[in-house]
Amino acid sequence: MSKSINIVTSTAVPLDIENVDTDQIIPARFLKATSREGFGKNLFRDWRYLNDDEQQPRREFVLNDPTYKGKILVAAKNFGCGSSREHAAWAIKDAGFDVVVSSFFADIFKNNALNNFLLPVQVSEDFLQKIFAAIEKDPAVELKVSIEDQTITISSTGEQSGFDINNYKKTCLLNGYDDIDYLLSIRNEIETFEATFTR
Amino acid sequence: MGKTLFEKIWDKHVVKQIDGGPSVLYIDKHFIHEVTSPQAFQGLEKRGLKVFRPQQIVATADHNVPTLQQHLPIRDELGRLQVQQLIANCKKHDVELYGLGHPFQGIVHVIGPELGITQPGMTIVCGDSHTSTHGAFGAIAFGIGTSEVEMVMATQCMLQSKPKLMRINIEGELNKGVVSKDIILFIISKISASGATGYFVEYAGSAIRSLSMEARMTICNMSIEMGARGGMIAPDETTFDYMKGRLFAPGAAQWDRKLAAWKELYSDADAVFDKEIQIDAAAIEPMITYGTNPGMGMGVTGHIPAESEIDEKEKPSFLKSLNYMGLKPGAEIKGKKVDYVFIGSCTNSRIEDLRMVASFVKGKKKADDVEVWVVPGSKQVEKQAIAEGIDKIFEEAGFQLRQPGCSACLGMNEDKIPAGKYCISTSNRNFEGRQGPNARTFLASPLTAAAAAITGEVADVREFL
Ligand code: SF4
Repeated sequence: MSKSINIVTSTAVPLDIENVDTDQIIPARFLKATSREGFGKNLFRDWRYLNDDEQQPRREFVLNDPTYKGKILVAAKNFGCGSSREHAAWAIKDAGFDVVVSSFFADIFKNNALNNFLLPVQVSEDFLQKIFAAIEKDPAVELKVSIEDQTITISSTGEQSGFDINNYKKTCLLNGYDDIDYLLSIRNEIETFEATFTR
Repeated sequence: MGKTLFEKIWDKHVVKQIDGGPSVLYIDKHFIHEVTSPQAFQGLEKRGLKVFRPQQIVATADHNVPTLQQHLPIRDELGRLQVQQLIANCKKHDVELYGLGHPFQGIVHVIGPELGITQPGMTIVCGDSHTSTHGAFGAIAFGIGTSEVEMVMATQCMLQSKPKLMRINIEGELNKGVVSKDIILFIISKISASGATGYFVEYAGSAIRSLSMEARMTICNMSIEMGARGGMIAPDETTFDYMKGRLFAPGAAQWDRKLAAWKELYSDADAVFDKEIQIDAAAIEPMITYGTNPGMGMGVTGHIPAESEIDEKEKPSFLKSLNYMGLKPGAEIKGKKVDYVFIGSCTNSRIEDLRMVASFVKGKKKADDVEVWVVPGSKQVEKQAIAEGIDKIFEEAGFQLRQPGCSACLGMNEDKIPAGKYCISTSNRNFEGRQGPNARTFLASPLTAAAAAITGEVADVREFL
């Protein structure tokens, strides 16, 4: 699944809800699979369907609204709080998103996302509101996210914001390698550490 | 400058520091369970690897196991598959498994401490956010995702950036009817469900010192509910007494050396925290949540905030949440009818919790139209409860004592709260749908839950003490 990402230019799906927790992103009853694939169809399951019935989509929920599509999910503050389930990141990625934008991410979610080449872009509350406003004005507006430059740009207005990502993670994303590759490469250093470690 | 408790443990476990990046952190103990491990084993095998240090992993089946008739095959096919997969993976990779039918089986965060596997000074991880529970022993313990589970299986290490540090000091004496669950619900209600994001929290102060290990675990358990990476409490005599004689605790030959090392585990007087918060224990009441995140809590006799008290920006989520709960802004919850009472989960399913409930309900009966489930945290807790006659007290009260597992904490097995029903629960999350689609959850202490079981409504336990 490792694959590098650098620039993502796309329309965006606005999810203007705060404190979206991982139980909403992927309800626990869908955690019974033993592989990583196929979680996308249950993304936001209980917000998407009435009574868990695919024949009864909730029209008002943004993921059911054909006006909005794209590879970027824009969410309000404190996205991904709650459980450590990586299934949340898998579901978002599997549903076709490469980037999630919010003004605040829960820690574990952020790590899980990065480990799956799903980029969490944290912007100020102000800039987030600008994005929501731009999408509301024109759902076809594109956002451009560049990992190399660490910037996110609203194409219609040209407004731009930077975002943080540590150098190590940036290199991983740009080159498509992950933490496990790195840790495996230093396994003899780990063994040396163990030999001198007093328990 | 002195070091914090966190820094003492962290520094000792750093294998390597990456320039401008995270640290390579060595992990002492790794707990796994059936839900977040299969994909990690699969990833490992895809890379052609074996588990690097199998002796440092302990596995159990807890998240989706049934809590009735555990000796029968699991009826839910997918759930059964996950449990079978865990058995096969553990066998193949020589990992110790306390699965269904084993006398040590139980919720992962209950069994680690009770078996003495969890020890002061350790780094502990598990693919479950409530791993913070183990911090009650003065360990760095936190939840991880499945890719990280795979990482630790492959190398016994993970990449972590050092978090910011917060200390919460709770001083003074607790009021009658107030227990550790109320302390943590109170803290979260004050600083919000995201108030400690990016931080690791140390709990300190005289109120914390006075608590038992079980009570401390309840507090550390819910650290994640305010966004913290984890919570911890410096070990002291209470900790050492608890450890002594546990199955996997250091034996007589090791004890003195270990104890001396554990006694060094405290924040130095001149250690610096990025943030400190003071809490007056006397200000804490029995707590209850009214919304759909654990920060939406208040004293049990309080009122839900009125619309006018809520920030304009927060209003939509506040109203959405109350709408889900079927509650009105400004209303009281005391006296609200409940349909279910759930006493369980890694927050409050230890023997002390069951004793607390039993001593309250002894000789009383549950209200007619309430269903009460008590789900012990482990086989050992269950056995102890039976040995003490607690099972009889529950039976006479009309409570169902079930078998160990996560149960209605997350509703992955059959223990779901029906849509629209109200459940007062000793678990840790009141998210939408957490206990079943459209289920409505009030989080509270075991005492407050017990009072609701008897009266059939949200009650102030202080009126009965
Ligand atoms: S009891 Fe609930 S919170 Fe605890 S480990 Fe199980 S599912 Fe997670």
